Amino acid sequence: MADIPIPTVETSPKHQRFSSERFIPKLLLAPSLLLIVIFVYGFIGTTMWVSISNWRSASRDLSISDPVLGVYDRLFNTTRFQIDLRNTFVFTILFLLAAVVVGLALALLLDQRVFGRSVFRNVFLFPYALSFIVTGVSWRWLFNPETGINLLVENLGINWLLNALGLPDFSPAWLTTAEVWGDLGAWLPFLDGIKAQLGIPLAMIPVVIAATWQLSGFAMAMYLAGLGTISHDIREAAQVDGASGWRIYRDIIIPLLRPITISILIILGHVSLKIFDLIFAMSGSGPGFATDVPGIFVYEQTFRATRYNLGAAASIVMLLLVSIVIVPYLARQLKEL
Amino acid sequence: MATQRIDTTTDARRGRLANIAIIAILTVAMIVYLIPVYVMVITGFKAAADVSLSQMWRLPDTLDSGGYQQAWDRLSPNLATSFMLAIPATILSGFIGAVNGYLLSKWKFRGSDVLFTLLLFGMFIPYQSILIPLIQFLDYINLYGTLPGLILVHVVYGLPLTTLIFRNYFTNIPGEILEAARVDGAGVIGIFWRIMLPLSLPAFVVVGIFQFTNIWNDFLFGLVVITDPNDQPVTVALNNLSGGFAVEWNVLMAGAVIAALPTAIIYVLLGRFFVRGMLAGSMKG
Amino acid sequence: MTATRRISRFSLNRRAFAGGSAALVATAPWLRASAQDATPAGDAEDQLEIFSWWTTGGEAAGLQQLFDAFSAQWPDVEIVNAAVAGGAGSNAQVALQTRLSGGEPPDSWQSHHGAELWSLYVEPGYTEPITALYESEGWADVFPQGLVDQLTFDGEQYLVPVGVHRGNVMFYNRQVIADNGLEVGDELTVDQYLEISAALGEAGIASLALGSQDTFAAPQLFENILLGHLGPEAYGGLWDGSTAWDDALVTEAIEQFGQMLDNVNDNHPSLTWDGAMDLVIDGTAAFTSMGDWAWGHAVSREAQDTIGWVAHPGTAAGFVAVMDGFTLPVGAPHPVNAENWLKTVGSAEAQAAFAPDKGAIPARTDADTSTFNEYMQWAAAGFSEAAVTVSNAHGAAASPQWRQSIFDATTLFLTDRDVATYQEELVFADEDAAAG
Repeated sequence: MADIPIPTVETSPKHQRFSSERFIPKLLLAPSLLLIVIFVYGFIGTTMWVSISNWRSASRDLSISDPVLGVYDRLFNTTRFQIDLRNTFVFTILFLLAAVVVGLALALLLDQRVFGRSVFRNVFLFPYALSFIVTGVSWRWLFNPETGINLLVENLGINWLLNALGLPDFSPAWLTTAEVWGDLGAWLPFLDGIKAQLGIPLAMIPVVIAATWQLSGFAMAMYLAGLGTISHDIREAAQVDGASGWRIYRDIIIPLLRPITISILIILGHVSLKIFDLIFAMSGSGPGFATDVPGIFVYEQTFRATRYNLGAAASIVMLLLVSIVIVPYLARQLKEL
Repeated sequence: MATQRIDTTTDARRGRLANIAIIAILTVAMIVYLIPVYVMVITGFKAAADVSLSQMWRLPDTLDSGGYQQAWDRLSPNLATSFMLAIPATILSGFIGAVNGYLLSKWKFRGSDVLFTLLLFGMFIPYQSILIPLIQFLDYINLYGTLPGLILVHVVYGLPLTTLIFRNYFTNIPGEILEAARVDGAGVIGIFWRIMLPLSLPAFVVVGIFQFTNIWNDFLFGLVVITDPNDQPVTVALNNLSGGFAVEWNVLMAGAVIAALPTAIIYVLLGRFFVRGMLAGSMKG
Repeated sequence: MTATRRISRFSLNRRAFAGGSAALVATAPWLRASAQDATPAGDAEDQLEIFSWWTTGGEAAGLQQLFDAFSAQWPDVEIVNAAVAGGAGSNAQVALQTRLSGGEPPDSWQSHHGAELWSLYVEPGYTEPITALYESEGWADVFPQGLVDQLTFDGEQYLVPVGVHRGNVMFYNRQVIADNGLEVGDELTVDQYLEISAALGEAGIASLALGSQDTFAAPQLFENILLGHLGPEAYGGLWDGSTAWDDALVTEAIEQFGQMLDNVNDNHPSLTWDGAMDLVIDGTAAFTSMGDWAWGHAVSREAQDTIGWVAHPGTAAGFVAVMDGFTLPVGAPHPVNAENWLKTVGSAEAQAAFAPDKGAIPARTDADTSTFNEYMQWAAAGFSEAAVTVSNAHGAAASPQWRQSIFDATTLFLTDRDVATYQEELVFADEDAAAG
């Protein structure tokens, strides 16, 4: 009974085209599937091979390294890559938090159907249509320590106010500080072998802000779509029960949005785990690699240093990180198909 | 869409006050969101001598088109590349995605859902993990460094998304229509041409807009697949502008506006379809 | 000024990138073998196609001088200028590599010496040795030996050097030095520098301007310090294995590096090399250690009278060369013209005409420099007198992998200032490079 077409189409009593109907869909799908098999799975396989090979100069050498995982050993012992992983986690956590909070807040406000609602919504979503490069280039200037936001703060008299209160100026170095706040390694002795300081690189904060600017609109749109499906009846029933506006949201609507939140976390999470363009255009590696991420590491090791095996290994680590988020999601989708 | 209103009956005045407060919050948020746009646009209109750090927030004294002129001179070949890349790549990946989506929704066979899921995975991978073999493969088929090569790359890696959107779209088209066509003697391909394709115009608009935006905004593929800087897409050229001898901020910001304009215009004019594409690309249908 | 354009942050990234992706393509041997069998397109008999990334300002003018010199001797040959513009002029290298891997070389192309020449062109088999030309033209006697060594592989020469930049120059603001009652002589020792630096520090002035957003800037500073502390011979030994990276002298050099960084401009992560030079021109900082393209920048800002120069502390006996030259391809479409081109660009007359426009000094030590300005004369004198050494920051000293490791370690040292870790990383980078 293998390979019978349908079940979405009811089988017609006349089966004269049966065999061709079974055959043609597969034939038509074959080119696309072949392309994906080559360009996705074949290439990933090749990259994995390179990542355990001795190919580390302009001359290709696909012999397997000894020990087999020697390149990965080297990779995880490289201070810069340790820093990159730390940065990825810090960026992902802060960015997801910011995007979800901002996106949800905007969606809930817009859910009130106030005057000018569609204008607001369009403006908030607008950055999503732009390239990460455009975002990076413009925010790089906004976070220039000698102008941009710092100048705006000065012009608005905020520093004057702070000084009056006996506080110092608010003029962070933003992207150009190498400072790392906190050190988890100092608390957890078993992390001793790690050469990177496990804290929050302050230069990452501007990048988080830029990414939130660009992608919080996506979270907002997702939440708005979700809010649209929560029926009028549920809200009305709650109101009849005497629940106040805020309580309706807290106790009923926001919990109903949980699946949306999970979708947002997965989509934006995988974007942030593989972030490259934005940081490349905005700050590059940053002082002391404060804004370096695996994407930049891969690019430089592969194309600048011609150390192909190390670049390939780092890209496979990126793939694994993304897969941890995406594969369960896809598996769940598959079950529901 | 829900049609609930806060200020329906009981406490209209409180509702109105709340509304004003909400509008005030949203307005502040909107201003914050527009700050980068403001800075980009006004800086582009400043003369080079006008672009000092301390003047950043001020409107330009006189409108100087020099920044835009220079940015245009430097980016126009790359803008042309981006159009010659994004339009054919969008059409091709859209059409193939339509066929795939049709087959995967209306002609399911055992294992087709698994194949679909395997296909979808291609949408999420970090492209760094395929670059080395990709360049070698393109070189092997003599397309490395060429626009057709880059188009091929975008078509292939665009397939998961276009297939997903079309599959979700076709799933919602009732099976009875197909059944009627089958009774009339139409086959797999006939049904697609005569029934599904005419029905799928809205999906094509959604895919077209969303995919065009994605390809236009791409950076990594343009950077590594095209070798001649004159032929690279506009995002790569824009990034090149910022790495020169001394950064000319007026030219750079004007360049950012120019590079952003096509997708921005699409968003403003066809935002509704854009949002649909975005949601369709991220949720199951 | 235009000489400076080439060495911007981006161009370096791009050029280095060019190497990587090109090498990637170059390693598709099955393709290259077949492509090389094909005859190059173009039926015009008497042409000369020259590939470079000199497309603007003084660089283009310098190239034109070379063309003029060639045409004066061979007027019937049509010169095809295949310069590729874009991104500060330099990722032309990617386009070149595509042509080379496709078996369609130009008649000659521009290259640096040292590791870059070797790994991008000689090792993949794109260049013919020109040892015979060196003998017939007597070039071995007119180019400094230290330079010739860097374009000789297995006893064969592969490049005709044309123009050279000095990478170890300390530029300073004369006014700032004088105002603080200090003095910089014709030479500057490390101790003298550190004394001046301390005095400036007390006066609240950043002694050293650095633009570490350029990833090459701090490595260039460090290699100059290494050269000063180890001397030209031991410094050269770092790159060929005869000097160990765990040597105590290296430790001391790292400590010196740290001392110099103690009084550096705070905003160095947000500046590129030209921004650092601007600080010196504006008097916000006193010194910056750069190549002589920074002089071009000072000229473009009309600061010739403000800026003084001296060899980087302790390096008067060494000349860190950042050099451009031309190659002879395997399978040149017009081999006779290509050889004549190399003879032309190797001649004293052509080099003397080229250098002032390019802002470089002639690679030949016997070229006429009498018309040069004071700074260029000083640099030219240094070139003929001092020991010519290689630059890692600019690609000639080490393989791309090795250079990257040193760049990364230096980036970390800038923030953590951990001498022992830095040296460990440098030793590891050396071992790692030797292993591969």
